[in-house]
Amino acid sequence: MLENSFGPVPLQAYLIVAAFLFCTGVWGLINSRNAVRVLMSIELMLNAVNINLMSFSSYIDGSIIRGQVFSIFVITVAAAEAAVGLAILLSLYRNRVTIDMESFNLLKW
Amino acid sequence: MNIAFSTELICFLILSSVVISGSLAVVLLDNIVYSAFLLGGVFMAVAGLYLLLNASFVAAAQILVYVGAVNVLILFAIMLVNKKEKLKPIKGLRTRKLISGAVCGGLLILLLRVSITTKWNLPGPKSIGEEATERIGEHLFTDYLLPFELASILLLMAMIGAIVLARRDVSIPKDDINDFKNDNSLNDKKIPLLSENSLK
Repeated sequence: MLENSFGPVPLQAYLIVAAFLFCTGVWGLINSRNAVRVLMSIELMLNAVNINLMSFSSYIDGSIIRGQVFSIFVITVAAAEAAVGLAILLSLYRNRVTIDMESFNLLKW
Repeated sequence: MNIAFSTELICFLILSSVVISGSLAVVLLDNIVYSAFLLGGVFMAVAGLYLLLNASFVAAAQILVYVGAVNVLILFAIMLVNKKEKLKPIKGLRTRKLISGAVCGGLLILLLRVSITTKWNLPGPKSIGEEATERIGEHLFTDYLLPFELASILLLMAMIGAIVLARRDVSIPKDDINDFKNDNSLNDKKIPLLSENSLK
């Protein structure tokens, strides 16, 4: 991979790191019982997507960098999602006095 | 291999190991406060990866938004809801963890296979390096103007929504506070947004 002009780190290395990060996020999203940790897992997954966008933007789309613009939009949406998610969590905690995900079956049946 | 190459390689190895081990610790640690602080570390390591990818503006935005806002918000939420509670054991938790671990491992293998075996269109055009910030500004005000404005509306909606969801009471008019005669009216006005009765 050293023959390209982008230095020693190939594109695939970034993609592998992002894949690890995404799968860790998915596992945490499924298995966390603390609601705050679920939100943290979602942030991990969004970061993995951002790493992918940024690496493609740098290696394949180096002169137009549309990927960087997209990752800025993803960061914006992630900030909004975190704010609203934590507000919903606070509202739920006020009513249920628990943060166990298994007890949030409000919308079930 | 000259010194710039080896420095970049070492930086990448350190940052990626911090990202992977930090994310595993965020998911696996029992103490959620440790998880939140490690999440900040992961965000900063991701910002370092962006710096390696010639994207200083997005790295700065990542530090500002993720470490400065989202992580602090998560820490505040942990402090607000930090109740030591004994989680009820549910049956089948171990099998659920195993099955989801298998699914995530399969997803990981799939992603790795795709990213390694695909013939990417490399090498692409030469990276513009430090001009990236100016180019992002051009993009945001020409061909991505509509998403940019929509993002501002989205942030406004998120702010108002967060305030509405997280506030405690409806506001009480000032005249009613001074009205001592009927104390019941004060209590009647303090209606929580989602009352306990409406949930049952």
